Amino acid sequence: MKFIWTAFFVPFTTALLAAFAAPALAQESPYIVAYDHYLEEPGSLEVEYFSTFGTQRGGNDFTAFWAEFEYGATAWWTTELYLDGQTTFSDSTVFTGFRWENRFRLLQLEHFINPVLYIEYEQTSGADKILKEVEGHDVESDYAPPNRVLEREHDHELEFKLLLSKSFKGWNVAENTIATKNLTGGNPWEFGYAVGASRPLGLKASPKLCNLCRENFIAGVEMYGGLGDRHSFGLRDTSQYVAPVIAWNLPSDWTFRLSPGFGLNDNSHRFLLRWGISREFSGFGQMVERLFGGGKS
Amino acid sequence: MINAMASKKRTDTKQLEREMKIGSRGNRIASGFAIIVLILVSYLAAARNQDSAQKQRESVYAPLAKAPQKAVIRRNPLENDREAVVAGGKLFEIHCAECHGDMAEGGRKAPSLVSDEVQRATPGTLFWVLTNGVVRRGMPVWSKLPEPQRWQIVRYLKSLAPPKFAQ
Repeated sequence: MKFIWTAFFVPFTTALLAAFAAPALAQESPYIVAYDHYLEEPGSLEVEYFSTFGTQRGGNDFTAFWAEFEYGATAWWTTELYLDGQTTFSDSTVFTGFRWENRFRLLQLEHFINPVLYIEYEQTSGADKILKEVEGHDVESDYAPPNRVLEREHDHELEFKLLLSKSFKGWNVAENTIATKNLTGGNPWEFGYAVGASRPLGLKASPKLCNLCRENFIAGVEMYGGLGDRHSFGLRDTSQYVAPVIAWNLPSDWTFRLSPGFGLNDNSHRFLLRWGISREFSGFGQMVERLFGGGKS
Repeated sequence: MINAMASKKRTDTKQLEREMKIGSRGNRIASGFAIIVLILVSYLAAARNQDSAQKQRESVYAPLAKAPQKAVIRRNPLENDREAVVAGGKLFEIHCAECHGDMAEGGRKAPSLVSDEVQRATPGTLFWVLTNGVVRRGMPVWSKLPEPQRWQIVRYLKSLAPPKFAQ
């Protein structure tokens, strides 16, 4: 039931926003797992839908999907809600939980390296397979049991990340350090990382609006994986991935992302195919203000 | 006796008229004083408002003054690129017009970019502000746009200058 609600909620919300808020062409990064230091523009709402197809040894392949609602509260604070679900082939489709994420820009000006603090609370079931963050000793075999078994596990996690990023000569390089604490049970702190590098295919904008201009494409690569936990820090018994990424920012206000990911060791899923579609609505904050009688013009 | 009483009454009336004259003169002086005070207060209030508007204006454009000298003296590498103005205009419409207005005239959320303060600023200064944003005031950093695109926007902004500021 929750899944059906989610499946209808995302397109409905997008359609509603398309009718009332002004769309804006975004210059979105191609990363799906890693974060750079750029936040959502203040007052803008980005509605995103992502999907991950994963192969599974010892179990059934799956497609996990999530919707993101990302809002720029200020120029230094972005808040985001995720709704997660997944379909395991020959098994079932389940809603797997929600996440509430906040990112805070720590320095006002651009520096050699720009830090952003990331804090997330998540309430998910063990059946969550979006693999948005790989941390601790997460390995492929954790995802093999059927959904009815995985759903018995409930996670209440606090996740902290330090996002470091720099842009120079058209390139962006980002590094994220992850520390996660599962608040249920006596689980230790778990660690992970994600790194990424990307660059637009064209640095100068062409004078005309065009779909296939080189500057509309940003390509790159990201790598991510677990780093063990407080008791056993390191790469042992962790999963690691590398994934080329590409984003296509269309003048018609949409961004498409595609990323085939490859497991780098035996603990990793052999193949993950991720794709996403997003649309940014600028002036969403003002639209809400107007709805509630505020926002004098 | 009657004459004495009449004479007294006349004297009282004259006295009253004199007092009334004095009173009316006093009133006029008081009224005049009040008007002067009112004018003075209005003038001071207006001056203060003007001062506050000036201060607000200065404060809105204060980030321009924060650009380091190294940034201020940077030249726009696309200064002679004819297409840069058009491309910059496209980028402005996409990324900036929402807050600064379609014609860069300013809006509720962001100041005018055709103002003297902005047009007097060097291209390097504008590039620096664009790159670093004014995070405290709600302007995001735009370093996510590659450098050439930021210079294209600067080129466009400078093209909005009235003749006296033309490069």
